[in-house]
Amino acid sequence: MKLTLKIWRQKNGQTKGAFQTYSLDNVSGDMSFLEMLDVLNEDLINNNEEPVVFDHDCREGICGACSLQINGEPHGPDALITTCQLHMRSFNDGDTITIEPFRAAAFPVIKDLMVDRSAFERIQQAGGYISVNTSGNTIDANTIPVDKASADAAFDAATCIGCGACVAACKNASAMLFTSAKVSQFSLLPQGKVEATQRVLNMVEQMDKEGFGNCTNTGACEAECPKGISLEFIARMNREYLKASIKG
Amino acid sequence: MGLFTSSIARKVTMSLSGLFLVIFLAQHLVINSASVFSPETFNSWSHFMGTNGLVQFVMQPILIIGVLLHFIMGFILESQNRKARPIKYGVFKGNNNSSWVSRNMILSGIVILVFLAVHMYDFFFPEIAYKYVSMGPEDPTRYYAETVGKFADPIRTFGYVLAFVLLGMHLWHGFSSAFQSIGFNNKYSRALQGFTKFYAVVVPLGFIFIALYHFLNQ
Ligand code: HEM
Ligand code: SF4
Ligand code: FES
Repeated sequence: MKLTLKIWRQKNGQTKGAFQTYSLDNVSGDMSFLEMLDVLNEDLINNNEEPVVFDHDCREGICGACSLQINGEPHGPDALITTCQLHMRSFNDGDTITIEPFRAAAFPVIKDLMVDRSAFERIQQAGGYISVNTSGNTIDANTIPVDKASADAAFDAATCIGCGACVAACKNASAMLFTSAKVSQFSLLPQGKVEATQRVLNMVEQMDKEGFGNCTNTGACEAECPKGISLEFIARMNREYLKASIKG
Repeated sequence: MGLFTSSIARKVTMSLSGLFLVIFLAQHLVINSASVFSPETFNSWSHFMGTNGLVQFVMQPILIIGVLLHFIMGFILESQNRKARPIKYGVFKGNNNSSWVSRNMILSGIVILVFLAVHMYDFFFPEIAYKYVSMGPEDPTRYYAETVGKFADPIRTFGYVLAFVLLGMHLWHGFSSAFQSIGFNNKYSRALQGFTKFYAVVVPLGFIFIALYHFLNQ
């Protein structure tokens, strides 16, 4: 198929960017979206032009690097997938596709379509850990009984890959879904209960410091999350946060 | 201190003040509906609300604080949320993942605020002036005619109806959202959401019905 691509080009964080239009022939429906961009970049390199910078790593939906806003939605039109899992058969011959970086004050553009998502790392560092001695005499995790419901919920939360689609989709660029998943994956388990109070306070404080917006419960994050992280985790975090603030 | 300055704390303030206003609104509707079936009942209920010490000097100030907290916090949240995305998307398909009303709470809120300003000008300020400034004589029968008279003007009535349509939209998202904000999301949430949507339709319609009833009956 033949496509028209409107791609955001921006030299670096200091300069202003703009859309540029490219056309691409012979796109196969079996290509992934990133492979389509690889083809475009080969063309650009052959023509002595700057290739389009975009973030990617695993190309199998587990690293969360491929942060692209495609036709007004993070990771494009299909549900429950990342950009690298999106195939060109989701588009039609003659389509115009607009490709932008995820937009948030907390995710500054590095170049073109690549943004700096290290704000997420700092939120994790503020409390996304448990204190277990791993210096050789670690006890087997299975010696601590965990009920099935909690284990399942913790696993669901832990499937968050930190891709940032929730922030990109949210009209407020709020990071509540990500943060709530990262808080819950620990606090649901006995090993994570020890530091639960401080964890939720610290992670929310870091989230606010990074300049993400406030949640207004629109639900856009849940709808766009490639891992289907549920809004229930946000309610759970709000609950935990209230409890923790009262405890001090 | 995080309880007062964090994003979650601000959400909880929004939620609790909103829920408080929801309760107030239901009570207001009950009193207003008396104006349809019995002017005497309406007068006596209004007189009670207007002269009872508990209502006037405890509940009324709480209500005013609740409204102020709610809309001031609403504006603060809105301005922070705008700053969180300084460069807008070229293409943004919000409708594919969220409802229009949920994304435009500030818009419905501003319409309600304008309505409230007119409402204060129409009822509250004259009431306060009558009772506490010019020390007008106590007249437990004056409320019905004063209220109904306001609905003679078609433009006023239209504005009133419009404001309540927007209030319904505000509550369509807001009422159930308020429970999520305070962390209430469990097996009862579906039923609760049904109730909140019912409320968001029926209560504003009730106000609209009363306004149109008085407009058409004079
Ligand atoms: C006076 C003008 C008003 C303004 C400017 C306003 C503004 C807002 C805004 C911007 C929000 C979204 C905030 C957020 O979700 O973080 C909101 C939520 C809400 N509003 Fe209002 N509002 C007004 C009046 C009212 C009234 C009269 C009621 C009830 C009768 C009400 C009930 C609610 C509820 C229940 C929420 C949901 C709170 C939450 O999601 O936690 N609002 N309002
Ligand atoms: S919650 Fe979902 S959308 Fe947000 S970072 Fe995690 S996986 Fe991505
Ligand atoms: S490149 Fe790793 S999730 Fe897409």
